[in-house]
Amino acid sequence: MIKRSTFKSGYLPYLLILPQILVTLTFFYWPALQGLSQSFFLSDPFGRSSKFVWFYNYIELFTDPLYLKSIVTTITFSIAVATVSITLGLFIATMANRALRATALVRTLLIWPYAVAPAISGILWLFLLHPSYGIVALTINNWFGTEWNPVLYGKDAMIMITMASSWKQISYNFVFFMAGLQAIPRSLIEAAAIDGASPFKRFWAITFPLLTPTFFFLSVMNIIYSFFETFGVIHTVTQGGPGGSTNILVYKVYQDGFVGLNLGSSAAQSVVLMSLIILITFLQFRYVEKKVQYTG
Amino acid sequence: MKLKHLVVIAVGICLALPAAVCAEPVTINWWHAMRSARGKVVDTMIKSFNDSQSEYVVVGTNKGNYDEVMNAGVAAFRAKKQPHILQVFEVGTQTMMQSGAIYPVHELMLKAGYDIDWSNYLQAVLSYYMDADGNLMSMPFNSSTPIMYYNVSMFEKAGIEPLSKTEAITWDKLGEITKKLVDAGIAPAGMVTAWQSWTQIENYSAIHNTPFASKANGYEGLDTELMINNPLVISHIERLKTWTEDKRFMYGGQKYQGPKAEFIAQNAAVYIDSVSGIAKLKKAVKDFKWDAAPLPVEASMKKPQNSIIGGASLWILNGHSEKEYKGVAAFLKFLSSNEMQSYWHKETGYFPITMNAYNDLKAKGYFKENPLQAVGIDQLNRAVPTKISRGLRLGYFVQIRNIINEELELVWNGKKTPKEALDNAVKRSNVQLRTFEKTYK
Repeated sequence: MIKRSTFKSGYLPYLLILPQILVTLTFFYWPALQGLSQSFFLSDPFGRSSKFVWFYNYIELFTDPLYLKSIVTTITFSIAVATVSITLGLFIATMANRALRATALVRTLLIWPYAVAPAISGILWLFLLHPSYGIVALTINNWFGTEWNPVLYGKDAMIMITMASSWKQISYNFVFFMAGLQAIPRSLIEAAAIDGASPFKRFWAITFPLLTPTFFFLSVMNIIYSFFETFGVIHTVTQGGPGGSTNILVYKVYQDGFVGLNLGSSAAQSVVLMSLIILITFLQFRYVEKKVQYTG
Repeated sequence: MKLKHLVVIAVGICLALPAAVCAEPVTINWWHAMRSARGKVVDTMIKSFNDSQSEYVVVGTNKGNYDEVMNAGVAAFRAKKQPHILQVFEVGTQTMMQSGAIYPVHELMLKAGYDIDWSNYLQAVLSYYMDADGNLMSMPFNSSTPIMYYNVSMFEKAGIEPLSKTEAITWDKLGEITKKLVDAGIAPAGMVTAWQSWTQIENYSAIHNTPFASKANGYEGLDTELMINNPLVISHIERLKTWTEDKRFMYGGQKYQGPKAEFIAQNAAVYIDSVSGIAKLKKAVKDFKWDAAPLPVEASMKKPQNSIIGGASLWILNGHSEKEYKGVAAFLKFLSSNEMQSYWHKETGYFPITMNAYNDLKAKGYFKENPLQAVGIDQLNRAVPTKISRGLRLGYFVQIRNIINEELELVWNGKKTPKEALDNAVKRSNVQLRTFEKTYK
């Protein structure tokens, strides 16, 4: 029989979770509700006049072809960032796991980029890839004769911000994959090796399934990262341009709300963004999590 | 010993006189966006005001960049903790005017007993911040206008005469010059421009006396609509587009950093940017000679209009006492004195806002020694501002500039024709304008 501890007093458990609830209410639910109510108003930023307009802000958003484009851009961007950073993170972790010499040093160095702020990461990549002074960009243009120009072409800009955003996140993924790899019992892999399984086969049949919880966790985290935290990269590198090709949802919220002071539209956009993230996370839990193996 | 005596005397005087004289000085808060070198200049100006009298103490606080200062002001106003003076960038003018949170400057000065001769101010600067009836709503503070910089060393190499500092060349002439430079292999590209919406559409329209928006550019009503898809602007953008094909024009980014870098690296021979570029180029350019000229105009425009300004102005916020407003008025008056205006201009390159200060500088031979500084001022003063060239008064102007930037970029990278892009810019901007109108109606 399972041993259970119970509270004698009926109030104590509520009292104990009260701080947590208060924090959540103040810092999450209250602003979220404020945002939700703001999205039904057209208001002057100084708060002198406010008009209830039902769904006006939402209708304006969804009849704007560029807003719909921005949603597509965001999803494309986040899938690209998650794919690149998870794949490379796993690849590097597998390699580092087999490193024979200076293991600690190699691992430490690989974690470093995570400590770099997104904005700085953006600037670093801009220095490499700017068409006029970027070393890499000049090399590409001179050697291959292609016209790489992220200031002018949307596709190039998208590639650049994907690289800048993924680079940082690779380290984060690396840490988790590394931990996941270390937790896999060596005996399993050795047994498979004795049975004659190739390294690739061993990876697919043993390592990969055992890493699925990590995968699942990282895919959720990476999607959230690319939706929100990449703001710094966009802000320093492209400001949503050229031609709105890198204008992801969170950047548009900032531009319309903070800079443009259209609070109603910005609030409506936040609500859409929030719903989108809830939906994606829900889908991930509903369909992806079923395939996850939590025990070996 | 002596000090003690003084204190005793001072206390004695204070007891004898009415409270007002020895009371604590009244504090005036000013939130601004001036940082580093400019921030120091602002601090010096505040200090000299505080030292000049004992009734008021101005406290200046930098609240970050323009967006951040505006947001700080908005948040503070909602919390009823607003400063007396808020510096707001020019695109926020309409939002401030509609807010009902402001105390118009012309009223403030009149109530405080200053009879100011507004005709003594630079009209092209003042008119940007006036209402439709010509009343000044906010005090111009830092104002600039775009001019054209060019690489003199490259011009010399190609045997091109240096340009006049007062007479604008035509766009056709600029086309010939840049063609010569590019064809001879002297310059990798002809021209770059910073702030494309401000320099190539807003200023271009003003100089050619072509409306940017209906209702006198928005001055006469919130029901204004953009008009930049007119034949003149379309043909200008078409010309720039054809110039991109033979490298006479090169797109270097929305703001100033990219285009400026191209000019400094001698990737482009001509660079259009605000007069504030003078100080930046002086610092950064070491290996070639450069100079400045007025913005080009169309050959058909025999008497070009004034260019329009950019920058920021000082707004007085509601909700303070009469006494404090007296102090604000005294401070604004102090800022527009000749001494402060010439100091401000010399240190930052922003325009002096009164004709007095300008004439004073001229009489002292300042513009002879610094001919670059005269280019922008002359361009502003070359004509009396019309209803069309006095400025722009649009709601959600930040968003509109973003839209124009986006659409122009789609022209430069070949996704849209100039007409399609400008039509779409008008359509999208009008949606913004209607939302703004709905908010205040």
